Amino acid sequence: MKESSDAALAQPRPAAQRTGMRVWLNPGLWIAILVVLIAAAVPFITRNASTREVLFLMLMYVVLASSLNIIMGYTGYVSFGHVVFFGFGGYTGLYLMSAHSSSLWVAMAAGGLISGLLAFLIGKAILRLRGAYFALATIGINEAMRAFVANFTPYGAATGISLNFAVYQDYGGAATALWLAYGLVAGLALVSILLSFMIKTSKFGLSLQVIREDEDAAEVMGVTTPNAKTWAYVISAIIPGMVGALYFFKNGNIEPAEAFRLNASIETIVMVMLGGQGTVLGPVLGAAGYQRLRGFLITYPLFKDIQLSVAGALLLIIILFIPGGVVGWLRNRIPPLRRLLI
Amino acid sequence: MEFNLVKLLPFLIDGLLIGFVYGIAAMGMTLIWGVMKVINLAHGAIISLGSFGVYLLFVSALQLHPYISILLVAAGGLVFGMLTYFIAIHRVINAPYLSTLLATFAVNMIIIGLGTAQFSTTPRAVDFTLGSFRVGGMTLLGTRLFAAGAAVAVTAALYLFLFRTNPGKYIRAVANNRAAAELMGIPSSRILALSFGLGTMLAAISGGLIATFFPFTILSGATYQLKSFVIGVLGGLGNPLGALLGGLILGALEGIIPAYMNTSWVPVVEFVMFVLILLLMPRGLLGAKK
Repeated sequence: MKESSDAALAQPRPAAQRTGMRVWLNPGLWIAILVVLIAAAVPFITRNASTREVLFLMLMYVVLASSLNIIMGYTGYVSFGHVVFFGFGGYTGLYLMSAHSSSLWVAMAAGGLISGLLAFLIGKAILRLRGAYFALATIGINEAMRAFVANFTPYGAATGISLNFAVYQDYGGAATALWLAYGLVAGLALVSILLSFMIKTSKFGLSLQVIREDEDAAEVMGVTTPNAKTWAYVISAIIPGMVGALYFFKNGNIEPAEAFRLNASIETIVMVMLGGQGTVLGPVLGAAGYQRLRGFLITYPLFKDIQLSVAGALLLIIILFIPGGVVGWLRNRIPPLRRLLI
Repeated sequence: MEFNLVKLLPFLIDGLLIGFVYGIAAMGMTLIWGVMKVINLAHGAIISLGSFGVYLLFVSALQLHPYISILLVAAGGLVFGMLTYFIAIHRVINAPYLSTLLATFAVNMIIIGLGTAQFSTTPRAVDFTLGSFRVGGMTLLGTRLFAAGAAVAVTAALYLFLFRTNPGKYIRAVANNRAAAELMGIPSSRILALSFGLGTMLAAISGGLIATFFPFTILSGATYQLKSFVIGVLGGLGNPLGALLGGLILGALEGIIPAYMNTSWVPVVEFVMFVLILLLMPRGLLGAKK
């Protein structure tokens, strides 16, 4: 966190006020957008369905990591159970599609909305906790939600919800629906990057970063910390809720263990750490890099069986030796980059 | 009501006996937290390793008695924990808590990855029984009675160690104030490693005991790890005796709840209780270590 506090000091006023429109020319933002655009375009050019599936997951994790970064990287509250918003959004979406024949659009909107609402209610309660207690509470909420949904009959209890194949007819058949889902996840990835950037360069973002550095000082400086934290939490939950609905629409079914997978949550944290928490570009690079690495390990015979161990060993090395992640490391080593890689 | 009580008693006692074992696992977690403010996300993996240790010694050519194996597993757990501390945690012990959380999670990934490759995820069980006892119309399994007794003995030994020996005194000193302890000449790194080793040892012992009455896989430790969080917070994070009490309460709940509703509601009750305790009484029942 050292280099981020340096960066905060170097910006006496929010960047947006200081430079007007020029802030939009930041190369860090455009690298992130470029990464997403290239990833989005590749399957459309090659028309290769398996590449599309791999990149769908990558773009999905770009969404999840960028969103998590708002509460974790900017505000300093590490949500260990962030997957709860993804899972609950997915469940809400699939429930609406299967029981009320809603369209995908309604399902995604509802997934985002309900996740935001959930975050508001949870946040009001648990954002009073600090440090490891907050992390434990988010784990508890995810597990409680998973266990509850596994008993909740409208959501299919332990077996979950399966979409009727006819649902896809409205989107030009199953094959076309998968391409549509892919386009949408790329769009959501772009939206989450832009959102992350807009927050980082706003006055609101600055108050979040002050909370991260010293919450008591932030309070003294006139930041209404409970409100700021709650809104950061809500914003970080909405797009994961939408992407949850989209992902499980693509899969056609949802079940509790898959929707509220705690390890997915921790992997998202790893991605944010890998790229560099508290930066716009970091989570995008982290998500892309981690997914590429996993793809490589799974296909490489020597590592196929122990891919989890290799990933774990790499994670350990990064935490021990490059705690700021790739972007944080670059910013530390090459000071001019601090302005360029936001 | 009286009829209910008679019907409930076997469930309650069964739950309490398992609760002792949960308590041991949670005691390891809470000891590590109390001394060095690290939440050990590799705890569950080590519980699984403890189970596998007992299993492998049992099915090997030696056909070692599970209760002798547990002693070996405990020693192995102590060494493994101390090594883990020096390799994975020592460098980040003063960093923000996220670093230690992720460092232990990385250790967890390494163990689970290697364990899955080596043992697959087919459930294993140690084919071993101590018979059962009939007490006033109830049947009690010998293995569970022994496990509860072992848990009490381990707790007593831990307290004797912490309060009657010099290393134990050092551990308490480091837990109270690491800087002051260092000024008094206590080698804090080695004491932290010892504490982490002890916590890991407790996890391994609980895993070994679990293996004598439940089937297990390399992944099943994750469940007990989550239970350890619930129990640790319930008893007061950093308070070993609180962990044992919390374990008993959780075990009792797990015994009683299925008599009233579907077993699948048990985790809902547990985790809702967990979050509520964190919010309403974060110091737990017996008081958390500050």
